[in-house]
Amino acid sequence: MEGLSATFGSGAMTNHIRDLEKARCIVAIGTNTTEAHPVIAASLKQVVRQGAKLIVINPRRIPLAEFAHIWLRPRPGTNVALLMGMARVILDEGMQDTAFIDERCENFEPFRASLAAYDTTTVASITGVPAEDIKRAAHLYAGTRPATILYAMGVAEHSRGTDGVMAVANLAMLTGNIGRPGAGVNPLRGQNNVQGACDMGCLPDVYPGYQRVSDPAARAKFESAWGRSLPLTPGLTLTQMMNMAHQGHLKAIYLVGENPVLSEPDQEHTLAALGHLDLLVVQDIFLTETARLAQAVLPAASFAEKDGTFTNTERRVQRVRAAVPPPGEALPDWQIVCALAKKLGAPGFDFRHPSEVLSEISRLTPIYGGLSFDCLENDSRQWPCPSSEHPGTPILHTKDFSRGRGNFVALSYVPPAEAPDEAYPLILTTGRNLYQYHTGTMTRKVGALNQRFGEEKLEINPADAIPLSIAEDDWVRVSSRRGEVRVRARLSDINPPGLVYLNFHFAEVPTNALTGAAYDPQTGTPDYKVTAVKVEKIA
Amino acid sequence: MFPEPEKATFDIVINGRAVTADSSMSVLEAAEACGIYIPTLCHHPLLAPAGSCRLCVVEVEGLRGLLGACTLPSEPGMIVRTETPRIQEFRRATLESIIRMHPRDCLICPENLRCELQTVVSHVQPAPVPFVPGPPQLKEVGLFFARDYNLCIKCGRCIRACQEMRGNRALYFLHDECGLHVGTPLGASMDNAACESCGACVDVCPTGALRSNDQAGLPERTIKTICPYCAVGCQLKLEIKNGRVMQSWPDHDGPANHGQACVKGHFGIAQFVHSPERLSKPLIRQQGELREASWDEALDFIAIRLKSYLPEETAVVSSARCTNEENYLLQKLARVALGTNSVDHCARL
Repeated sequence: MEGLSATFGSGAMTNHIRDLEKARCIVAIGTNTTEAHPVIAASLKQVVRQGAKLIVINPRRIPLAEFAHIWLRPRPGTNVALLMGMARVILDEGMQDTAFIDERCENFEPFRASLAAYDTTTVASITGVPAEDIKRAAHLYAGTRPATILYAMGVAEHSRGTDGVMAVANLAMLTGNIGRPGAGVNPLRGQNNVQGACDMGCLPDVYPGYQRVSDPAARAKFESAWGRSLPLTPGLTLTQMMNMAHQGHLKAIYLVGENPVLSEPDQEHTLAALGHLDLLVVQDIFLTETARLAQAVLPAASFAEKDGTFTNTERRVQRVRAAVPPPGEALPDWQIVCALAKKLGAPGFDFRHPSEVLSEISRLTPIYGGLSFDCLENDSRQWPCPSSEHPGTPILHTKDFSRGRGNFVALSYVPPAEAPDEAYPLILTTGRNLYQYHTGTMTRKVGALNQRFGEEKLEINPADAIPLSIAEDDWVRVSSRRGEVRVRARLSDINPPGLVYLNFHFAEVPTNALTGAAYDPQTGTPDYKVTAVKVEKIA
Repeated sequence: MFPEPEKATFDIVINGRAVTADSSMSVLEAAEACGIYIPTLCHHPLLAPAGSCRLCVVEVEGLRGLLGACTLPSEPGMIVRTETPRIQEFRRATLESIIRMHPRDCLICPENLRCELQTVVSHVQPAPVPFVPGPPQLKEVGLFFARDYNLCIKCGRCIRACQEMRGNRALYFLHDECGLHVGTPLGASMDNAACESCGACVDVCPTGALRSNDQAGLPERTIKTICPYCAVGCQLKLEIKNGRVMQSWPDHDGPANHGQACVKGHFGIAQFVHSPERLSKPLIRQQGELREASWDEALDFIAIRLKSYLPEETAVVSSARCTNEENYLLQKLARVALGTNSVDHCARL
């Protein structure tokens, strides 16, 4: 999200899901949409059937590749070079939108200069994508309007993921594909309310609505509203929390609805860090792998047992409604948080219903300023929605960018932190499967989903498997510099030789025992997509 | 921001009543929009009109013959009749040929009282016809939904849903010794037929030929809410009976999903919500073991300890699974009650 904030001023999908129908060209980079966002994939396939052009950029032969007019298969971790190569082709051939660049953007010249080293021959040698294909993709994207770019974790979860996002944004500005129907830069967020958690200021450097902690005016506003003086310095990110806990500087974590033992990179490090804490409180609907380590576990209500709002990937705020009572003494998270805050003696937690919380949010958060339970009862709205009369904003940056002018960012390609070598000769990349979700806390409880896909297997190309005497369903040990997992093998040409693949849904195969080679220096996002590993058959 | 161009509206007359329509609406849609029922089995609002079941025929003044309302565009000044004796006679004959091969065991059919064929029969009132069983058809309970093609009326909605709505081709009409029937290419199992188990075919099936394994009579009430899985934000309708979620359906009115869901949102909700493994009491660790505690005891246990640390020694991790209101309260708790900006969640994962 940092990448889009730096270029456009707002870290969210620029357009909306339905707007995909207006696109004439779609670039899907680093998104296995049919598995991770199946309902968006369904519209995508319809749009392509109706004549839109599809460019898929993914090292794996994902299902969408079969619908693609052009499928580019870069080496993992080389997106930045590929996107800069495409930008260079567009500029060399005069296909850029000069009027848009002049009228709406800034810092174009440094960006242009940064492309000097990215001729197609060089980019082909970095990415493994033939020069001719780079040109074809650039021509199709720049020559077919409007064009939209969809991306997901395959762009962000790299040691230079922010650069990847900015490279995507540069390409869209270069072709004027921003602020128009059918165009845009559209990050598909992974989890149901991850957009809302960001919007609400569950980030160490911003208050609700991305008002910066470092801005004295913003701090004064929240101090006055909340009746307490607030800390001056930004806090720790989740990965920094793990490091500080490991070093003994962080003593207590109150953790709600997360399972970092399976989802955080470098599981051994995470376990050690959590083990160092004086106090780990876990609030969840199940006794997760993380909750088992806690000093206190609080039983929460599931989504079906509480009222409130979720914000989806297209910034759409929608009503969540209680359908059934929670089991036993379990309570909605909002009630637990308020009760704990009162025990801690904090003012301002006397809420009787989530609608009262949303009123406070809308008073303090301009992008949510017009939202209330009343207006969301039969309707949804996309932020920014500054007042109750405002219909919401389906498309961002139509006249100006959120930051004023679109900011071109000069970039240079940095290879992934962990390259394969003699000891760890293969690259592991990780992802998600349609039939499971995240660390499986919910989906592992659904019998049929587990009958359909209930056992993790390492996807490995036969060209890598055969020299290691690995056959279908053989047990193998996958090890990295940080840990190892045991798993059965599935021989498949979905991955090119040299690349192996695991999901991270299963506690039995904790894929994140292997990951954690590096973090994006700007966001702290772990590199889940490039880990050097070794695979051996277990006799 | 970019409003759709306004479509010019005009009046048409249906059964003597003036009805507002526009040129994008079929006569069937114009009638439905004002609550005039025209029976149909092949038409579904999420699918392109097929015009194959012939039940929706109407008469239009100045036009000859009976015309399918689902494929007939509305035009200004049209005068339409939906229930003349000629139409009713035609519908009865058409429906009799459809139900001749349909089993009569409605009372034990899980689709009973939800079945669109029942609705159509009660409106059209066909003459009793003898049951003429056709060749036995596939009957199979899959992981997520059951298929019983003995109940199939060959409307083709399932095939069109798979292709039009999902861009997949798991289902086809086949013609073999069993006659014309719906099936997978080469008779493959659903799992091997490019089926994503999304249930779009189940949602549009007018009979019990395709039905969710969770189907169990009519719900006491239905609640609209948002799916807890990925960030598409599909609006779901949860069917509630005896204080439990029985099944979930994608909502046609969902602004992000327009009647779509995936296998998890459609078939993966009730079992985790009502899992026996759900936490139902607070737990605190004593002598190395987690034991049950009252809320008061557990919150005191936590609060006393939290108060003993410096602000920078504490942190809060919130969740994409929580609502906006809960996330707001969690960061407020970190900043106001604990005095730290160390609050984060899984945005980076």
